[in-house]
Amino acid sequence: MTFTYDGSFEGLLSAIFESFRIKAAAEEIVEESSFQPGLFGNPVFVPSNRAQSQRVKAGLSQRCGPKAVEMLYHAFLSEQPQVEMLIYRFVKLTVSSPENILDNFREPVVLQLHRIQKQIHREVHRMHAFVRFQQTEDGLFIALITPDFNVLPLLPPHFTERYPAFRWLIYDAKRKYGLYYEPHQYHFVTLSFAQQRTISEELLTTAEKDYQQLWQTYFRSVDIPERRNLKLHLQHVPKRYWKYLVEK
Amino acid sequence: MIERIDEKLAILADAAKYDVSCASSGSYRKNSKDGLGNSQGMGICHTYTQDGRCVSLLKILLTNYCIFDCAYCVSRRSNDVKRAAFTVQEVVNLTINFYQRNYIEGLFLSSGIFKNADYTMERLVRIAKKLRTEHKFNGYIHLKAIPGASDELMHEAGLHADRLSVNLEIPSEESLKKVAPEKDYASAYQPMNYLAESITGYQEEKKTLRSAPTFAPGGQSTQLVVGATPENDYRILHLANSLYQHQQLRRVYYSGYVPISNDQRLPMLHSPPLVRENRLYQADWLLRFYGFDVNELVDDQHPDLDQEVDPKLGYALRHPEQFPVDVNTAPYELILRIPGIGVKSAQKIVQARRFGKLRAEHLRKIGIVWKRARYFLITAEPDFRWLGFDPDHLKQRILSERSRKHSSQLALFK
Repeated sequence: MTFTYDGSFEGLLSAIFESFRIKAAAEEIVEESSFQPGLFGNPVFVPSNRAQSQRVKAGLSQRCGPKAVEMLYHAFLSEQPQVEMLIYRFVKLTVSSPENILDNFREPVVLQLHRIQKQIHREVHRMHAFVRFQQTEDGLFIALITPDFNVLPLLPPHFTERYPAFRWLIYDAKRKYGLYYEPHQYHFVTLSFAQQRTISEELLTTAEKDYQQLWQTYFRSVDIPERRNLKLHLQHVPKRYWKYLVEK
Repeated sequence: MIERIDEKLAILADAAKYDVSCASSGSYRKNSKDGLGNSQGMGICHTYTQDGRCVSLLKILLTNYCIFDCAYCVSRRSNDVKRAAFTVQEVVNLTINFYQRNYIEGLFLSSGIFKNADYTMERLVRIAKKLRTEHKFNGYIHLKAIPGASDELMHEAGLHADRLSVNLEIPSEESLKKVAPEKDYASAYQPMNYLAESITGYQEEKKTLRSAPTFAPGGQSTQLVVGATPENDYRILHLANSLYQHQQLRRVYYSGYVPISNDQRLPMLHSPPLVRENRLYQADWLLRFYGFDVNELVDDQHPDLDQEVDPKLGYALRHPEQFPVDVNTAPYELILRIPGIGVKSAQKIVQARRFGKLRAEHLRKIGIVWKRARYFLITAEPDFRWLGFDPDHLKQRILSERSRKHSSQLALFK
């Protein structure tokens, strides 16, 4: 049977819950907005239901620990094709196994989920590293990002702990929403300047331009030409991240 | 104004870059609600230089004026270079503003020695103190401990810094005397020992008294220059091992000598010994994370690490009697010794084998380097072809596989 859901993690878990409830194995689980009629018979749309998704989470937690729920959520944020089915298969496997399968690396589903989670962690880590704030005239620090995966929801713990005392915004220019912080709370926001992929020069303070120049000078000065190894450099700082790096 | 700072930054970052340490890891410092920054144990490289080194900290000298004349140092007094000095406030401003923009994890502050040790150290400490108290800065601070500075200053440095370091630089005292006649080991070991004692003391105190101050929570490190003087790997690794054991250092850094000077006291090298440096780091890792003893890596017959193969593979080739290791039954410690299997993979193997016997396909998927590891392990489908192997033959085989791979990669770009 084919299930569709509203595109949220809660929605996906609700759909999985529904397939267990009506005892109908899922053949496809697709986001409703990207469902193409005719491709897979008559789909069942399952609305997001908090109570149901909680029950799936609780069941997973009980059997495999809270790390399993986290792993599935991270996999979900990867937006990789067919990731819904992978998550569904993990839940099925959990239900049918008497033991905690989270570390069963002999199982392809488990291994693949771990691999995706590793990619997500790497991307989160890259965002911790490559976010570059620019200070605007009204004191807001803005950074634009275009991460490979939808990792913005995973960024608040790091950045709110690190920068609690001033206002800042990290904006995903690809997915068109941002993480806005002001002491001492954060929200996810969409903005009217969302069409732009750069921050207008006029918005920036003169100090901002000075510090950007100083950072570029620093980056140039620490280079040791005798040791140059561009292959290694590119491995660490892939070109797709350059557009928002002040030093590049 | 900005031009002047810009010029100083260019000079004083350039002069600091031969200190290879840039780690911001291993220290935990929580932020306050109105503060700036934190350290979370795992370091972050905010960018990488074009030679692939991590840029985590704003690494600068306070000044490159120096009263000493050490041959290996670009800032030695007889060297004809541009000199500059930052003010305390300039360093503070740069740190805060770079940090707010998420360029850096913190500050690594070193300095040439001007006037004397205390005068220099006092300024380094003042910067750290100002950042911590006036600016509520809780990011990472690494300070150089200047040999010869007073215990009081060292103590205060430890209260504000996450990590302190005294660089030995030259891996034996005989050689040090030749290239830096004004220095000796005793004056470097004195602050190291003082710091080691204080760090352990405060750690003990913290166990019983939560309000005890943190003292250099990231520990101390040092740097050894490789290839400028004649010490072999045996000397270098034994020295490093002793520093880990006795001074409880967190890290020893190895810096392949970059021929920065035409000083007569040092050899002229065409290029820095990067492969040797890399092998030393690999050996260092084996000491710290893989349970190897230094004598298993270098000994009288093998005083230098094999540059052709990594030291773990080298060990396996010298000890065929210990292989193959059965991944389904061997203890974790032995699995860790199989070439091509790292800490993460070894952990996964031990976890996964509880669910059933592991075969080659499982190991490949777990992510071990199969083409290296295969000669040294046994899976549920035993392959005894490599039993009683001839180590020389095996080495040639592994090396030729590697060069085949490289040549085919090159062919792609022809």
